[in-house]
Amino acid sequence: MILQALAFYVFAFVVMASAAMVVVSRNPVYSVLFLILAFFNAAALFVLIGAEFIAMILVIVYVGAVAVLFLFVVMMLDINLTELREGFLKYLPVGALIGLVLLAEILLGLGVIGGGTTSLTGLDKATPQVIAIDNTRAIGRVLYTQYFYLFQVAGLVLLVAMIGAIVLTLRTRPGVRRQRVSEQLYRPKGDAVTVVKVPTRGGV
Amino acid sequence: MTADLIRFFTTNWIGQAIVIVAQCLAVTIPLLVAVAYMTYVDRKVWASIQLRRGPNVVGPFGLLQPMADGLKLVLKETIVPSSANGVLFIIAPMIAFMTALVAWAVVPFDDGWVIADINVGILYLFAISSLGVYGIIIAGWASNSKYAFLGALRSAAQMVSYEVSIGFVLITVLLCVGSLNLSKVVLAQSGWFFNWFWLPLLPMFVIFFVSALAETNRTPFDLPMSEAELVAGFHTEYSAMTFGLFFLGEYANMILLSALGAVLFLGGWMSPIPYAPFTWVPGIVWFAFKIAFLLFIFSWTKGTLPRYRYDQLMRLGWKVFLPVSLGWVVLTAAVLQFGGWVPKL
Repeated sequence: MILQALAFYVFAFVVMASAAMVVVSRNPVYSVLFLILAFFNAAALFVLIGAEFIAMILVIVYVGAVAVLFLFVVMMLDINLTELREGFLKYLPVGALIGLVLLAEILLGLGVIGGGTTSLTGLDKATPQVIAIDNTRAIGRVLYTQYFYLFQVAGLVLLVAMIGAIVLTLRTRPGVRRQRVSEQLYRPKGDAVTVVKVPTRGGV
Repeated sequence: MTADLIRFFTTNWIGQAIVIVAQCLAVTIPLLVAVAYMTYVDRKVWASIQLRRGPNVVGPFGLLQPMADGLKLVLKETIVPSSANGVLFIIAPMIAFMTALVAWAVVPFDDGWVIADINVGILYLFAISSLGVYGIIIAGWASNSKYAFLGALRSAAQMVSYEVSIGFVLITVLLCVGSLNLSKVVLAQSGWFFNWFWLPLLPMFVIFFVSALAETNRTPFDLPMSEAELVAGFHTEYSAMTFGLFFLGEYANMILLSALGAVLFLGGWMSPIPYAPFTWVPGIVWFAFKIAFLLFIFSWTKGTLPRYRYDQLMRLGWKVFLPVSLGWVVLTAAVLQFGGWVPKL
């Protein structure tokens, strides 16, 4: 028990510290790396409460895919560090406001302030007793039955975002020489290679 | 006396810690020896393909060559380029090496021989293997060199692309098993060798193996370190043990993906013929044979095939493997559902 508490405080401290470093650090590449560290420790916190499926999905989706693309883009930017710092004070009040609103929402949702009873009554449905049923199965059972339409709609939203991104970046340029794979594949072998029979240990 | 010892190792937290550390060492030390000898076997196989002898000077049949290479790497000077980002430059090879090692925690070597028998074993392996790209991309950026950076960008794009098809391969397998636990994946394949998943899921086995080649940056997909264009790709600026860690990590990753292939498609520790005398052979020996077989195909491909062009690589990943594997997931699900073979949950 004491080991778990210790682990919790270590992970929680690293999450908070690296989240702060995401905002504070001057170099955007460091920011993304600290963001990855924060994701990773948040996944560890999920493991501690027995939500191993969410933890793994967090690592696979956010650390393994989303953050790689972030890093990819940020590394290729030509960064002017002084310019980046200028907006910091200007956006600080707005950022703080958003942070406060989110905090209030979490506290309201958990019933710490206001209600007194927790309003998220379905919360324990997603994470039942770990021994009784593993939570991959538990999530599958509600996701594809009770929340089926919402799940499909989430998929559609992602599809719309994807098509939107493609439409925004699609441009047709004249004079582009394309690779025609079928033509390349159907080129007869005689055009490309000549086969020479080399005697073993004899050389050409 | 023995009862006392058993109580010490199962209840006392110091005893438990000793057991955990011993388990980790029992996996990592043979693994590192395997990595060392994989480099030797690799060079011997290429040498045979090219009608050469390969390493044959250090020790009998050159068997001590990996030790000599390792010693050389340790004793050389580690050079950090003056314009490189010092901290990240040193951390990158550590990440590359560590991610290749920690994944072994969930690999079952025999019935019950696994450090962490977790319910989400496949997802854990997938998550850890997706972290391997960070070592490479951080190395490329921290080196502050254009060759290293181009190599890192190629590698990141390549690994992210092929992870998608590996993901679908894993989904197909777990549809047939009904569990994410790797031991249960093996147990679901019990019986003759044609009951293993390689035959019913043959297209997925091929896709898995080719994607594994791309994930480990091996020929024909070794564009991140293609020496003709990029000197040595992402590890151009690395020397001595920092390079050594990348090298060890690459080989450990190859062995890991071969082990994953053996677990998912070749029945893990199962013997190919479920009767004596084949069942007398310990499971870990069969498992090692299967890994060695897949590793041999890794070396064979490297000795045989030329390198892909980059646009061909991306085309293969996104326009061939992704639709085929997606289609196969749908097909497998349909066959299981309508054939009445859905595994019991």
